[in-house]
Amino acid sequence: MASVTSSDAAGAMPALALDDGVRASRSPLSETARALRGNPVALAGLMVILAWLVLGLAAPLLPIENPNFQNLSIKLQPPSLQHLFGTDDLGRDLGSRVIYGARVSIPAGFLVVLASGVVGSLLGAVAGYFGGIIDNLIMRAADAILAFPSIILAMAITAVRGGPGLSNALVAVAIVLWPEYARLMRGQVLSLRENDYVTAAESIGAGRQRILFRHILPSTDAPIIVKATLDVGAAIVLTAGLSFIGLGAVPPTAEWGAMIKQGADKGLQYWWYAAAPGLAIMSVVMALNFFGDGLRDALDPRRRER
Amino acid sequence: MGLWQFIARRLALAVLVVALVSVATFTLTHAVPGDPLAVVIGERQANNPEVRAAFEKRWGLDQPLPMQYVTYLRNLLHGDFGESISKRRPISGELAQRIPATAELTLYAMSFAIIVGVPLGLISALNHDRWPDHIARFIALVGASVPVFWLGLLLLYVFFYQLKWLPGPGRLDVGMKAPPTITGMITFDALVQGQWDVFWAALRRLVLPSIALGSIALGIIARMLRSSLLAALGEDYVRTARAKGLAERRVVVGHALRNAMIPTITVVGLATASLLAGAVLTETIFSWPGLGSFAVSAALKLDYPALLGVTLVVAVVYVTINLLVDIVYGILDPRIRTS
Repeated sequence: MASVTSSDAAGAMPALALDDGVRASRSPLSETARALRGNPVALAGLMVILAWLVLGLAAPLLPIENPNFQNLSIKLQPPSLQHLFGTDDLGRDLGSRVIYGARVSIPAGFLVVLASGVVGSLLGAVAGYFGGIIDNLIMRAADAILAFPSIILAMAITAVRGGPGLSNALVAVAIVLWPEYARLMRGQVLSLRENDYVTAAESIGAGRQRILFRHILPSTDAPIIVKATLDVGAAIVLTAGLSFIGLGAVPPTAEWGAMIKQGADKGLQYWWYAAAPGLAIMSVVMALNFFGDGLRDALDPRRRER
Repeated sequence: MGLWQFIARRLALAVLVVALVSVATFTLTHAVPGDPLAVVIGERQANNPEVRAAFEKRWGLDQPLPMQYVTYLRNLLHGDFGESISKRRPISGELAQRIPATAELTLYAMSFAIIVGVPLGLISALNHDRWPDHIARFIALVGASVPVFWLGLLLLYVFFYQLKWLPGPGRLDVGMKAPPTITGMITFDALVQGQWDVFWAALRRLVLPSIALGSIALGIIARMLRSSLLAALGEDYVRTARAKGLAERRVVVGHALRNAMIPTITVVGLATASLLAGAVLTETIFSWPGLGSFAVSAALKLDYPALLGVTLVVAVVYVTINLLVDIVYGILDPRIRTS
């Protein structure tokens, strides 16, 4: 017996086809939200991200110590009721520093991904739509950057930009991340370019810029958004890694990677020093991965129907 | 497309990428802030126009940029990466010493990732959507989310500081002499020359850094094997094998797993390349004298020639691994060659 393909199934059951028609009429956003609501793991991820954002934003209003307040009489104390996450070598409250660290690491991650995502997508779209020498120039530059392991190239760029500093590190991470967006977007634009509505727009004499920005770009979204969500976590870890090496945030900035480095330098007996910022990074990145995975499932109709 | 044609095309592409990579590092060399000449010969000498002109002539800095690039490329092809500013020694010698250390660490890390990741992916796929699957996926996700430098610290704290089961950072115990160099990989050299105590000591010191570094690849491997095995188990040939009355074990191992291994092997190759990046942080934590820690110290000392030299070497290794993965994939799955 021949195997039943999905088109056979749809043909045999008109009700299914009708259902598809109804579904298509709903807005993609509400459809995605609906699919996400049925995914507790993704929702939990979203909650954790939101909690960190709120915590970071509200930090100055919270009844916690100033993250830079030094009290040498209580330096390097293990977690206690007064200092739930212990204190560092200058007697600063580590819990408070981790919360203030959220004001640095999380926006930095989002910002870097936004910048590299927008720049990379635009370059990829231009490459895919215009083709020819522009395409070649942009994509070979992307190839060259992708040929380096990300952190090594980021280190080289940071050093060449004059050494340690959070902004140098962020620029480096953005330079390292854009090529993948360019590749992803170029692929999408190449296939979208063949659609009838593009041919129609071309035949009525629409300009190439207009076609690219009004007709093609609005149709590209899902894979880029999913990638961006997952990349925020990667950007946070990469930036923290640069800070850990000593090429990112410099003291006294409360940045998670730099805090882990300071803790590691002090010695293993002061385990709580590196523990709190490490747990913070892990929770944010895991939450972003959970949410990103859920978003991918929600945006992909094939996975959704399974 | 025939196999040889496919390989030739991939090879040409890789050569092009390596050329682009060298352009990129050359560009970075010229983006260095300040006066590089002053760094090398000292501020006072650099301010003397005569001395300056002499050095510029000697190093070809008076030539136009494209000519400088050709010189740069020619030197690279002769294995001349220039001199380290901070150590005043040829970079190539330093690199040659450090490559085996990183290679050894990467090898053990990958072995760990495969030994743990493959069963994890198998368990996941065979218990699809039941609790062993959820647990295995959770482990894989944690592995993908923990910053490797923090995991390294955690492992050191638990197994070295608290439990004292394993030694701390470094490649060998203090006072222990490395075996005469054959490959530079201590465990291998010691084993071949029958130095059991050295072999054992070096092996014990590899455990923690390999776990930390391997965790990056572990999650990737487990996830890939799970999804490709699930896809394979839904294929017609698996149904046929079951209908023939084959034992489930043979259906899984002989039919589904064989096909699921193809994308998994690819991902193992790609993950090996990503371990090179992870080695930077792992080597820093574990005081491992490899390429990664060399790059870090060069970056911190703003020793640009050394940093760009190691960057270039790592990029070339990275491209080579990707090329090999492509070729192996093309051999295993002929469909790839046509795309």
